[in-house]
Amino acid sequence: MSGRPAVALGAGTGAATGRVPWQLLVPAAFAVALLVLPLTGLLVRAPWSTLPARLTDPEVGQALRLSLLTATASMVVCLLLGVPLAWLLARASFPGRRVLRAMVTVPLVLPPVVGGVALLAAFGRTGVAGGWLDDTLGLRLPFTTLGVVVAQSFVAMPFLVLAVEGALRSADARYDDLAATFGASRWQTFCRVTLPLAAPGVLSGAVLAWARALGEFGATITFNGSYPGTTRTMPLAIYAARNTDFEAAILLSLVLLVVSVAILALLRERWMAGPVS
Amino acid sequence: MTVRSVAAVPLTAGLVATVLGLAGCGAGGDEPASTLTVLAASSLTDVFDDLEGTYEAQHPDVDVQLSFDSSSTLAEQVVQGAPAGVLATADRATMRTVVEEGLGAEPVVFARNELVLVTPADNPGNIEGITDLDDSDVAYAVCVPEAPCGAASATLLARSGVTAPPVTEEDSVRDTLGKVVEGEVDAGLVFASDAQAAGGRVRAIPVPAADNVRTPDVAVVLDGPDTDAAQVWVDLLISRAGRRVLLDHGFLPAPAAAEKSP
Repeated sequence: MSGRPAVALGAGTGAATGRVPWQLLVPAAFAVALLVLPLTGLLVRAPWSTLPARLTDPEVGQALRLSLLTATASMVVCLLLGVPLAWLLARASFPGRRVLRAMVTVPLVLPPVVGGVALLAAFGRTGVAGGWLDDTLGLRLPFTTLGVVVAQSFVAMPFLVLAVEGALRSADARYDDLAATFGASRWQTFCRVTLPLAAPGVLSGAVLAWARALGEFGATITFNGSYPGTTRTMPLAIYAARNTDFEAAILLSLVLLVVSVAILALLRERWMAGPVS
Repeated sequence: MTVRSVAAVPLTAGLVATVLGLAGCGAGGDEPASTLTVLAASSLTDVFDDLEGTYEAQHPDVDVQLSFDSSSTLAEQVVQGAPAGVLATADRATMRTVVEEGLGAEPVVFARNELVLVTPADNPGNIEGITDLDDSDVAYAVCVPEAPCGAASATLLARSGVTAPPVTEEDSVRDTLGKVVEGEVDAGLVFASDAQAAGGRVRAIPVPAADNVRTPDVAVVLDGPDTDAAQVWVDLLISRAGRRVLLDHGFLPAPAAAEKSP
C-alpha cells in the first residue's frame, strides 16, 4: 500500500501537480458557498449604523457575561470530572469498560433537546434524582444558572473525555511503568508523568468542551427555560430575539461568532499549534 | 486513478438520478391534489386539529397541514417567506406585522381568549390567587413578552401588583402550560382554553376580571397560490360549526361575528 503510490508519484509528477480536476473543484466550491455564504449574510445584514448603541444594550452584556461564565464553569467541571474518567477508560482495566465508554459518549451523538428532556427526567422537580435533591439539600437545578452549567457539562463532557482518552492512549504507557519501578504511586505517576504527557490533548479537549458549552442551546432551553440574567445565554437570547427584532438576533450572533473565533484562534496559536498543524 | 474517476462520474449521475426518481415518486399516487398549510398560534392546537377533520371531510381533494407555534414565531416565518395559506394569531399586534408587509389582507377576529392562572393538579406551591405569585419562593412561568400570552401576562401582572419575576419565559403558551403540567413550576399564566385542554392535569384559578386581558384570535388569508382553499378555512372558522368547536374548547365568542380587524 505504501510502496506503489510513491512510485506512481515519482513517475508522473506532472499529473499530480497539474490543473485541479473540475470534478473536485465544483463540489468544493459549493461546499465553500454553503459554509461561507451564511456568515457573509450575517455581515451584510448587520445593523452597522446602530451597532455601538445596540452593543451597549445591557441585555447584550448580560447574555454575553452569562454565556462566558457558564461555558467556563462547564469547562472546569468537565476537566475535574472528565480527565479522571478518561484516565479510567484509557489505563484501568475492569469489566464493562467498553460499555461504559460507549455510554459516556452517547451525549456526543444525542440531539441536545433529547439531553434536555433526559435532564428534566433525572433532575427535574418530579425527576428521579431531582425530588431527592430538593427534599434533602433544597437544591433545584431547573431554571437556575447552575442548571445551565449542568446542561452544558452534559453535552460538552464527551468531547473532553474522548480528546483526553485519545491523548492518553497515544502517549507511551511504558513511562507509567517506568515511574512505577522507581517507586512512584499510581497517583504520583498520574500527576507527574501521565498528565504532563497528555497535556496537549487535555488542552484541546478543554477548548472543544468550552466551545461546545458556549454554543449550547437545545439542552439548556429544554432543561432551564429562558430568563434574562439567570438562564438566557447568548444562543437563547438570539432565539428569543429572532421573531421581533431580527437585527438584534444578527447582532448577538455576530458577537458570539467574534468571541468564539477569537478565543479559538488565540488558544490555537498559543497551545495547539504543535499537534494541530 | 484514471479508471476510478471515469467510473465515479456515472456512479454519481446514477445516485443523483435515483434520488430525483425517488423524490418524483412521492408526488404521484392517490394523495389529495393540493395541500393547504395553516399556521396557527399554539393555543389553537386542539380546535384546529378538530377542524382539520371537518375540512378534509368536506374537501377530500385538499390535504390540510397544520403547524403550531408562538404567534410571533409564525408571523416572522411568514415575513421570511414561509409558504402557507392561512395564518391565525392570538393577538392583533403580531398579525399587524404580516399585514404591514402586504402578505395578507383583512384579518378576521374569530374568537377571544383570556388569561387564567394554572397550577399542577396537586398545587405544590399552595397558590390560591394571582397575588401569591409575588413571592420570590414561588416558581412561576409565563410566555415571552413577544408572544400574545406573554404580552397579556405582563399587563395582568402589572395590574395585580406582582413584581417578583418569573423563573422562565417560555416560547409559546403550550410550552408554559407544559412546565405546569410536568410540575416543574408552581404556577403559570396561560389562556383559559389551554387550561381546559390540560383537563385534570392542572388546577385553573380564575383571575379578577377587572385585571384580566382579553385577546382576540385573528385569522388571515395569505397571498399565494392557495387563497381559495385558505378562504374556505377562514369561512369554516367563523361558521356556526366553527364557532361551536371554539366554544367547546373554552374560547370566548368574537365580539360580533366576523368582525374586521385593523
